[in-house]
Amino acid sequence: MESTIIKSRNFNASFGTNHVVKNVNIDIPRNKVIAVMGPSGCGKTTYLRCINRLHELIPGATSSGEMTINDENIYQMHPIFVRLKIGMVFQRPNPFPNLSIYDNVIAGYKLNGIKVPKAERDRIVEFSLTRVALWNEVKDSLNKKGSFLSGGQQQRLCIARAVAMEPEVLLFDEPTSALDPISTSTVEELFHELKTNYTLIIVTHNMQQAARVSDKTAFFYLGELVEYDETKIMFTNPKDSRTQNYITGRFS
Amino acid sequence: MEIRSVKYRIGKNYGFKALVMIFAFACVIPLLFILFFIVSKGITQINWHFLTKVPKPVGEPGGGIANALVGSILIVVIAAVIAIPIGILGGIYLSENRKGRLPYWSRICTDVLQGVPSIVIGIVAYFWIVKPFGFSALSGSIALAIMMLPIVVRSTEETLKLLPSSLQEAGFALGMPFHRVIFKIIIPVGTSGILSGVMLAVARISGETAPLLFTALGNNYLSWNIFGTMHSLPKLIYDYSTSAYDEWKNLAWGASFVLLLWVLLLNLLTKLITRKWKVQL
Repeated sequence: MESTIIKSRNFNASFGTNHVVKNVNIDIPRNKVIAVMGPSGCGKTTYLRCINRLHELIPGATSSGEMTINDENIYQMHPIFVRLKIGMVFQRPNPFPNLSIYDNVIAGYKLNGIKVPKAERDRIVEFSLTRVALWNEVKDSLNKKGSFLSGGQQQRLCIARAVAMEPEVLLFDEPTSALDPISTSTVEELFHELKTNYTLIIVTHNMQQAARVSDKTAFFYLGELVEYDETKIMFTNPKDSRTQNYITGRFS
Repeated sequence: MEIRSVKYRIGKNYGFKALVMIFAFACVIPLLFILFFIVSKGITQINWHFLTKVPKPVGEPGGGIANALVGSILIVVIAAVIAIPIGILGGIYLSENRKGRLPYWSRICTDVLQGVPSIVIGIVAYFWIVKPFGFSALSGSIALAIMMLPIVVRSTEETLKLLPSSLQEAGFALGMPFHRVIFKIIIPVGTSGILSGVMLAVARISGETAPLLFTALGNNYLSWNIFGTMHSLPKLIYDYSTSAYDEWKNLAWGASFVLLLWVLLLNLLTKLITRKWKVQL
């Protein structure tokens, strides 16, 4: 029996009067890759941003319902602790342009004022960059600015930055939509590597990607969670006609 | 199309290009004249004595502008010390809070403040600070700080507004508290823009005379006491250029040259800073 790490019950989120996530109930198992797919504007990104409480930073954004990590209510924890446990990678690579590659990886410690001995820092940087298969490409230019890297490398640097904090969950908000096909496949390969240590929740509007990388898939439509099941079942034998229509391309 | 008409159009095109260039050059002429005039009259005055001695009484040769130079530097530095933190933090607030009543009104207020004539700020400083506490360099600094404030606020706001919000989110997603996101990410990335705004504001107030007329007043002796009266370059230029004595007029020319050099250097420094500290996004 797989253990659940993130659980939401009757979870709602809105921007002002615009109700974008409606009554979502979901159990996310540990050390799996979960794809969240759906057409644009279906609330999938908003739902993702609710998990690490980035949603509430937008003026007028509200949420209600229960969201837990390891049975602890996320909305009763301090957001800083939540975000240390739940890392996030964004749609567009966003390394800190003022920092070197090395400092970007260690940014979660450095910029938070967490003191780490030099040897330990070096270990974290090497470990994180190795995890994202970037170490060999950048080990000789760790002191260069992160913004010199290519888009795909920058995105892997951002994943390394999130991994360096040793979170339990990693959220990916359409992580490959700004990348070329080769970088995309490199990042997708990473997902398989990373799930041994972390739980991955990946928002994507790309169905093929969901089918390729995930263990379970959730389908959002108009703010509702329409269906949530094993990826194989979702793509071969969906129960809901809306899922069926979506994966067969009848609407997008 | 006929060849002639094409030739006519090409000719017209050249004519227009020439016109535009003439007007572009016309923009440069006033500055060239000012530079030429001030440099030719002022540069002969400059020597070590000029920069280190205070003015002599009429009739005695020599004398310098040390009192005004020291005064100007002190007054401007103190004004900057007052205005920069307030201005930068205010600018951060405005860029973080685009909507809402307080941002709306403070934005309007800074805009209006920017348009308030310097003499009006001087007179307000006179009634608020000079009347109860007496003439002092500090009151002049406060008046100049008020003039600087809107420039720093708005340039900070404009700089930070251009930074992508994904940067902040990256910080928040790493569990950084708001103040660390501001001080460790937003300000370092925006340094070049913020600094250039600050430098321009300093350059702008360095030549202000009107607020100092009522506040720092002027002082014929070298003074380091910011709670007492103090001379400043613009005030010295104002006083001596309207005097009847050639020695004093020459002093004013020299002082003008120094002030001009100061402002030009600040502008040059701004350019250098913007280039050096620019963070490639």
